[in-house]
Amino acid sequence: MKPRVAVFKFASCDGCQLQFLNAEDELLKLATEVDFVHFPEARTRSLAGPYDIAFVEGSITTPDDARRIVQVREASHYLVTIGACATAGGIQALRNWADIEQYRRLVYPSPEFVSALSTSTPVSEHVRVDFEIWGCPVDKGQLLGVVRSWLSHAKPVLPAFSVCMECKRRGNVCVVVARGEPCLGPVTRTGCGALCPSFNRGCYGCFGPADDQNLKSFTGLLAAQGVTGEDAARRLRGINGYVRQWRETGDAIAAAKK
Amino acid sequence: MPSRRPKSRLIRVNYLTRTEGESALHISMRDGQIVDLRLEIFEPPRFFEAFLRGRDSREAPDLTARICGICPVAYQMSTVHAFERLFGVNIDPTVRALRRLYLCGEWIESHTLHIHMLAAPDFMGCDSIITMAEKDRAAVERGLRIKKVGNAIVAALGGRSVHPVGACIGGFTRAPGRAQLAALREQLLRIRDDAVESVRWVAGFDLPQVSRDIEFVALAHPDEYPMNEGRIVSSKGLDAAPEHFEDFFEEQQVPYSNALHCKVKGRGPYFLGPLARVNLNFNRIGSEVAAVARATRISWPNSNPYTSIVARALEVLYSIDEAVRIIEGYDPPGAPAASFELRAGFGCAITEAPRGSLYHAFETDERGLIRSARIVPPTSQNQARIEADLRELAPDLVHQPHVAATRMCEMAIRNYDPCISCSTHFLRLEIERL
Repeated sequence: MKPRVAVFKFASCDGCQLQFLNAEDELLKLATEVDFVHFPEARTRSLAGPYDIAFVEGSITTPDDARRIVQVREASHYLVTIGACATAGGIQALRNWADIEQYRRLVYPSPEFVSALSTSTPVSEHVRVDFEIWGCPVDKGQLLGVVRSWLSHAKPVLPAFSVCMECKRRGNVCVVVARGEPCLGPVTRTGCGALCPSFNRGCYGCFGPADDQNLKSFTGLLAAQGVTGEDAARRLRGINGYVRQWRETGDAIAAAKK
Repeated sequence: MPSRRPKSRLIRVNYLTRTEGESALHISMRDGQIVDLRLEIFEPPRFFEAFLRGRDSREAPDLTARICGICPVAYQMSTVHAFERLFGVNIDPTVRALRRLYLCGEWIESHTLHIHMLAAPDFMGCDSIITMAEKDRAAVERGLRIKKVGNAIVAALGGRSVHPVGACIGGFTRAPGRAQLAALREQLLRIRDDAVESVRWVAGFDLPQVSRDIEFVALAHPDEYPMNEGRIVSSKGLDAAPEHFEDFFEEQQVPYSNALHCKVKGRGPYFLGPLARVNLNFNRIGSEVAAVARATRISWPNSNPYTSIVARALEVLYSIDEAVRIIEGYDPPGAPAASFELRAGFGCAITEAPRGSLYHAFETDERGLIRSARIVPPTSQNQARIEADLRELAPDLVHQPHVAATRMCEMAIRNYDPCISCSTHFLRLEIERL
């Protein structure tokens, strides 16, 4: 029997699970190797667990979802988070710095109809996670690579060094040195292919923290570029802003100004 | 013998599949009349309009893109155009053409995803593209080929197809080279026959024949098929500048949905998307696409929402032709982006996302920080119209078994290619027999 694969969605934009459907060259072959038994975006019929491998997209933002992720964990042998929302809380974790009641009132005329937790949190704050794929969105090659490793009974490995290393490898002109652009490349993990610097702009951290990041040196670099206070904190408080190291550094910068 | 026909009935679909995002449908009927009908969008709210406050306007295109993984380009386009109006930025004509090319890529990718992966399985009696491949592998491979080229266009201009990074207020951070676009042109020419075949394929589906009283709304531009610019027009005579959007349309909240409902003030639900655009702009779709459209034997314009899938396939073909035209006239711009000064003000814009008109409005302070943001996505605008279609469908559902009734409802909903993450976003079916 083919391995049973499930794809679950929580608070998210759909972009990470879309990468399966964006695998135009690989999708039909992949479907001969695994059975997508639960993938509501792509398939009407949905089968109950247990699942051999579950891919979870999205962060936990409602009381119902906090219960549902526990059920997903119980039904899944191997659980992989896909993307910044599931792995780090996502861009919607910006609410974690705000008053959720105020947010509700800002967006909805009758806020009492809307059920939401005061925080957006990564899956790992709720259940055990077997493997995390970073990125906003996840890279299609990395996603398929993880499936491939898992099918081969190998431990998936993804590089965790910084975007800076990737830039040097590609021979990009450094946007910090040449153009004075603030860039999160020194503290952000590779995986995108150093896209932003390749497009003449600073990295905005969509793959989350690199293993070899030096945040102290990085905030010094930002300060030397004249980026301080709220402006510097805001750069860390982005798509992966709720990740502990970035959160603490961002908060410290914002507090130091006051 | 007593009649076994149920007098009242509940149809409930707890999770609408092959749509983007999370939603459910609840219909309760008594004696063939609808007592209650709710399209429930339970996709959790993400509060974009709230957390955008205080952010730098230059970050906004990267942030609003995250509303939707399928149509991030449209979000970037409405955002940058709104801020360009706010900051008074004039765009280089070449950059304007590149943005059109960028959106052509997204229309091709998003429409093809919908046609081949989300909608076609309904008509082929399959539950997914994967099982459909066992029945008609050629059609599936055709779809995958077309979609791949759409993604390649977006990646050429933005680095990747989901949440591309190249768009900014003023233009692009990098302009593509001639050779890069020339290679794309070759790919586009190779899929053109596929796109023509795909129009024929979907027009041959067993599409329900209905005619509804619908107000179609789309942008219209005097010289071209609408994408990033134009006036808001409707099949019932509306004609307004985008900055008057809020004078003519209103949002209302309903208790069962995390998406706000929209109506034409004083009139009611309206219909956005490919069918609305084709209906209102058929004379600008180009003679070759129009010839393919006429060969389908469907009349254009028409008031049958089930022809949406054909309109979508026509727009794929249009986008291919338009992309080729843009590439053939391309000369790299002197600067990929215009410079501008940050200032306080208000700016709004509407662009045509794959699913219809997408309105953004922003206010900034003198440092260019966002003071308020308003985003009205196409699916939330279509929501009231979807419910109106379901109401008209309901009498036909009474005698159907649950599986068939569910399928009929889902098909009616898929006409709109709803994007729930956008609207916050879509479907479980419940039909209640009281």
